[in-house]
Parts: sequence; structure tokens; C-alpha cells
Amino acid sequence: MKMLTLTEAKLLVREPLALFWGLVFPMALLAVMGVSASSIGGVPLVTVYEPIVIAFVGVAFGVQGLPVQVAGYRERRVLRRLATTPAGPLRVIGAQLIVSLTVVLAATIGVLAVGRLGFGVPLPAQPAGFALVVVLSATAMLALGLLIGALAPTARSAGAAGTVLFFPLMYFAGLWTPQLSAATRRIGQFTPLGAANQALRDAMAGGWPHPAALLVLGGCTLACAAAAARFFRWD
Amino acid sequence: MTAIEVDRLTKRYGATVAVDDVSFTVAEGEIFGLLGRNGAGKSTTVDLVAGLRAPDQGRIRVAGLDPRRDRQELHHLLGVQLQESQLPDRLTVAEAMRLYASFYRRPADIAGLLAQLDLTDKRNTAYRRLSGGQKQRLSIALALIGRPRIAILDELTTGLDPVARRDTWQLIDDIRNQGVTIMLITHFMDEAERLCDRVAIMRDGRLAALGAPAELGRPTLDDAFIELTSRALTGRRQS
Repeated sequence: MKMLTLTEAKLLVREPLALFWGLVFPMALLAVMGVSASSIGGVPLVTVYEPIVIAFVGVAFGVQGLPVQVAGYRERRVLRRLATTPAGPLRVIGAQLIVSLTVVLAATIGVLAVGRLGFGVPLPAQPAGFALVVVLSATAMLALGLLIGALAPTARSAGAAGTVLFFPLMYFAGLWTPQLSAATRRIGQFTPLGAANQALRDAMAGGWPHPAALLVLGGCTLACAAAAARFFRWD
Repeated sequence: MTAIEVDRLTKRYGATVAVDDVSFTVAEGEIFGLLGRNGAGKSTTVDLVAGLRAPDQGRIRVAGLDPRRDRQELHHLLGVQLQESQLPDRLTVAEAMRLYASFYRRPADIAGLLAQLDLTDKRNTAYRRLSGGQKQRLSIALALIGRPRIAILDELTTGLDPVARRDTWQLIDDIRNQGVTIMLITHFMDEAERLCDRVAIMRDGRLAALGAPAELGRPTLDDAFIELTSRALTGRRQS
């Protein structure tokens, strides 16, 4: 398992495009917001965007990266080949989840560092609640990605499904319109990243995330993981 | 000693009978060929013997183990080279070898195996930069990395140039001489004739013939194969 995880980590490091999109781009995006002088409701743009960018990191690695990897391994018969070894195919999926979760957390720390050191965004006033939401929203996105990877027959179709999902997920996270109307926000609360965005903002301001948001994220994680396990196609 | 024992094996996919009442045994140290046209049931038979699928009926023993029940143990003794199985593009030859070596209790020496398969110069090359023949040799090396007692090699020379094919044949001989039992899946008659001690010819999921290539050859194995398998095309059946 250690060797598999190490190998998957090396392979990710060799994918410059994935690293740029998931690691460099979010920090750059936040920096652009930081340079801008505008604000929304008296809150600097960079502060508003920090939780949005953190949600983006989870989507980039979980919903866009992971499914392509998983479906690609099936398409190239890597999973079948592993099924003939004592290691079995399940462990390589486990290794991908470990590596993906690690980079999501690393990128999140990077984003927080850019915000704090570059633009004086205060660190979350409720760090434990913040960390809990970051982890839960990452697992929700990874479980969703795993479900896409479980069902998509090819890497190409997995990539397409991830891209299609990107837009509604990030819309409710507020990527295009950080200030959603009251009605949209109410709908958004029931989407994983709408819930995550609200909970991250609460935690940044010092409040404990709303239980409903934690429930949405935990529920998404469990439901997607269970469906992925149920419908996974090994070949 | 019997390495592989297949007794009255049947596997259906919906209405299709992929493998229909097939029986054969492979002796230890033998090179056994499984022949047949595309769709004859060869790959399904491989899946069943390797424990990747459960049979509907029949009994399989590989080194005395039940491929489904004793899967974990079996995979320490059985090396498999799968048709069209690939590796991640950016994984190097040496990394792939180290990774697969980590799966087994007593792996082979990586440097020695790379030398035997003429891949030493390529050990730091990424998979996507390898030629077809090099990929095929790496795939064989990975099938042997766990020091298997039995190796299943599926369509091992498909897509190779004539020189690479002959080199691969030599390699198979060498591997057998190290005491490994080999089940070879192929549709090249010259390959089966050159390498196999015995062959089984499959047609429509059934065993159409079983024996030494010379026994079946009329006058060559090629003729026997065409005679035995082309009936499916005209719809005439021989039970």
C-alpha cells in the first residue's frame, strides 16, 4: 500500500496540467482578487473569495481529476491486471484517494497562506470548525468523483462528466456571483459546495459551522461513496 | 503433478454460453497452448483460471487451489500477462517493476529480470516512450516478478515484428526451463507449433481438439485449426 501510494503521488507530480489547475491556479486566482480593491458589502473581495477558491480546489482534484484517473485505469486494464496480483485493484483506488486528499489539503493551506501573507486575510477564527468543513467538503468531492469514475466507461467520458458537474457545483459555491440571491442561496444550501461555502464563511468569522451544512457534506460523502461501491465496474 | 485442472467448466453471459463444458489439464513444467478464433472463449477461460470471474459450473484447480476461494494465495503462485493491459504513461520501467515486486512475498531480482528481458537500458524510460515490443517484454517481466510457478500469457506476440516474436519465443523457452508452467493463449499456429507441448483448440466455447501439435497437425497445425474452427462460419456443427 505504501508503495502504491508513493507511486500514485509520483504520477500526480508528473502531471503538470493537473497540478497547475488544482494547485497554482487557485492561488493565482486568489491573488488576482487580492490585487483588486473592490469589496462586496464592505468585505474585501479576497476575503469573500477565499472559501470559494478552497471549494474549487476540492472540485479540481475530486470531481475533475480523480474520475479521469479511475476510469483511465479501468479503460487501460490496469485494474484488471492488479486483480491478478495479491494486491488487488481496490488498493490502487485507496492510494488515489489518499494522494488526492493530501493535495487538496496542501492546496487549501497554500490558499490560506496566500490570503494571509499576501493580502492580510485573517486566518479562520474558528480553526477546528474550519478544518472540519475543509475535510468534509474534500471527502464529499472525492466521493462524488469516485462515483463518476465508477460509472464512466472511459477516461474521456469521466472527464466530460466532471466538467459538466463543475458548473452547477461551483455556481452554488459562488464562483461567478459571490452574492447569490436569497432564493438561490436557499437552494444552494442543499448542494455540497453551497453548504461548504456558507460553513467556511461562518468558521472564518468565528462561528461554528451550521449542523445542516455538515449534514449535507457528510451525507453527500456517504451517499456517493456507497453508490460508488455498489456500482463500481472493475472492467 | 498437475499444475492446472479444469473439469467440465461452464460460464454464461446472459444467453451466451462463453465456455461450454470444457475440461483439460496442464502438467507441471508444460507449455500448454489455448487456441481459437476471436470469441471462442479463450479469454473467458483465462479469467476463470485466474480467479477474475466465478464459473457457473465445473471445477478448477490451479496448483491445487480454488481460484475463487483461495484467490489471495493463488495470486502469489500465478503470474498473468493480460491482453491489452497497459500501465500509466509516465511510470518508468524500473518503477513499475518495483511496484509490482512490492505485491509479492518473495519477488524476483529486478535487475536480473530486466537483463533477461533486455530492458536494462530502458529502466528509466517512461511507459509511453517504449516501443510495442518493449511494452510487451515489460508486461512479461511483470508477470514473472512474483516468481510464479505458473504463468498465463495472453496473446503475447500480437503486434510484434518477426524478429521480436522469435526473441519472445526464445524467452518463453528459457522461462519454462526455469521450471515455470506456461499457459499460452494465441491465434498464431506457428507459435503454438514451435512452443507448445500440447494445445487445446476452442470453438464456440467448446473444446474442439486437444493434443500435441504434431498429433493434431493434418498436415500442419494451421490446417487442423482452420478445419476445426471454420465450421462455425458455415453453421455446420459437429458434436
